[in-house]
Amino acid sequence: MVAGPYIEPAPRHDLVKRLGEAVPGAVLDVAEFRGEITVVVDADRLVDVCRHLKEDPDAAFEMLNTVVAMHFIEGDYEHEVIYQLYSLSKNHRLRLTVRLKPKEAVSSVTSVWAGANWLEREQFDLVGVQFRGHPDLRRIIMPEDYPDHPLRKDFDVEGGPTSADADGKPASPGWRDMEHA
Amino acid sequence: MERPDLHPAPPGLGPETTPGEDALHGEQMVLNMGPSHPSTHGVLRLVVTVDGETVRAVKPYVGYLHRGMEKIAETMTYTQFIPYTDRLDYLAPLSNNVAYIMAVEKLMGITVPPRAQVIRVMCCELARISAHLLWLGTGALDLGAATVFFHTFRERETLYNIIESLTGGRLTTSYPRVGGLGRDLPAGWTATVRSFVDSFPKVLDEIDALLTGNTIWMQRTQGVGVLRASDAIALGVTGPNLRGCGVAYDVRRTEPYLGYETYEFDVPIGGQGDVYDRYLVRFEEMRQSVRILDQTLRRLPEGPINIDDPKIVLPPKDSVLQKMEELIQQFMIVTEGFEAPSGEVYHAIEAPKGELGFYIRSTGGKSPYRLHIRSPSFISLQAIEKMAVGGLVSDLIAVIASLDPVMGEVDR
Repeated sequence: MVAGPYIEPAPRHDLVKRLGEAVPGAVLDVAEFRGEITVVVDADRLVDVCRHLKEDPDAAFEMLNTVVAMHFIEGDYEHEVIYQLYSLSKNHRLRLTVRLKPKEAVSSVTSVWAGANWLEREQFDLVGVQFRGHPDLRRIIMPEDYPDHPLRKDFDVEGGPTSADADGKPASPGWRDMEHA
Repeated sequence: MERPDLHPAPPGLGPETTPGEDALHGEQMVLNMGPSHPSTHGVLRLVVTVDGETVRAVKPYVGYLHRGMEKIAETMTYTQFIPYTDRLDYLAPLSNNVAYIMAVEKLMGITVPPRAQVIRVMCCELARISAHLLWLGTGALDLGAATVFFHTFRERETLYNIIESLTGGRLTTSYPRVGGLGRDLPAGWTATVRSFVDSFPKVLDEIDALLTGNTIWMQRTQGVGVLRASDAIALGVTGPNLRGCGVAYDVRRTEPYLGYETYEFDVPIGGQGDVYDRYLVRFEEMRQSVRILDQTLRRLPEGPINIDDPKIVLPPKDSVLQKMEELIQQFMIVTEGFEAPSGEVYHAIEAPKGELGFYIRSTGGKSPYRLHIRSPSFISLQAIEKMAVGGLVSDLIAVIASLDPVMGEVDR
């Protein structure tokens, strides 16, 4: 039992510059809000970017904290997927964002961080983002026969099927009972 | 603290096998465990492939307690979502409240007054002790040590009374507010906490005497459910489960919030990553929480508990009843809520189970565009396969207990 030392957070602005040099053309945009840096990266280069950020000794993002996907009805892109990274050894955080056009899938980062498995499954389940190359892309929170992705913005909270599944009959038995009622 | 070991821990995962034992293994059987099983501490379902008594594969199925919290958050104001956070890790609601409120405050760019910060630290540490006591009592009960359960639940009763007199609720606290706290400390409350802080270490010593050096307890937990630090990091495991592997990651220390950098406390870590190490780490954390509580009681400053911003904080009740302006303010805050700037934030605190983070994306307006809860239990559960495969079925019970998942925050 020892007391963990307090590590001063390292400056992070140089990380983005190094990332741009290591994976040319991957960094599309950089934003800063409330002291947090968000890097918008090219969806096709995501795995390269993640591998660099994990293996570069100055970045050393050993840990993928969480994956968040969100759905947009309006705008140029349909989904945004956010990767919240943390470095244990350097004590700093970074957020990656990829933007996906309708029907576009994003590469899975399970090959970089094993923990991405459940995190990506959850976002696939709830938001409907497809993760290419994921070893086990099944639903995790909702029942396996659930027809919808409830965190999509066109999901009807009153209970109707979304426009995406307008003519498909929902498979859950509860739905059939409600139709007969 | 030296770790008392019965025998040198086995080098690899699971129990040692004797040569020739493999010949005894035959047909594999699939065993369904849960979703309602006393040792799964909630509605967790495990499909276990066993070969005799040896676990060959574990597949966890979660989602039985899904209530769509992240979706619900999109339809209500920031303040209205506070009661939902009570129901995440329902063993430490105060800690969840603080985590959520601090994420909203980061989005709004608010820093609360010193008195509110100290009271929030008290809330977090009381919640940590309460959550760890439940883990200790039920975890020991699962392994047959029933006495511990009664000791811990007696102390939890005291804690719940303390929490009830502070917040009005024993389980669903909803105590902090954006910009401060729902109400100030009731009269005589600090004296109750002081008497708890003074008496609780003796109870911990009693439980310590019951378990730590107990041969049966050591045999059931040492070398069982080993999680390597490298696996834990790759899976994103945090909290006592990660510290049990020997990684000193504690958000209170690495990214201090609420003035944690000014408190004296140690971050206990283990060395072997087995069930016993996680037990020792959580046990020591309770002692450290008592240390922090003691410091908060000594330094509790006088002063306001809320920031001075009538657009966010409700006006005092007596002026609402007497003054028109305040009445309108209260009406507007309650019915409409307040506007948040557009932007995205992630804020994490060290909850009893690990790093509890809230990601909020705002496009302006009164409710979040997307709110995501990074719950430590959900991520820790992924490690169950690494810990249980190769061990015995009875060890699986010890593994689940030592992971300390709370399904309320796994399924959200």
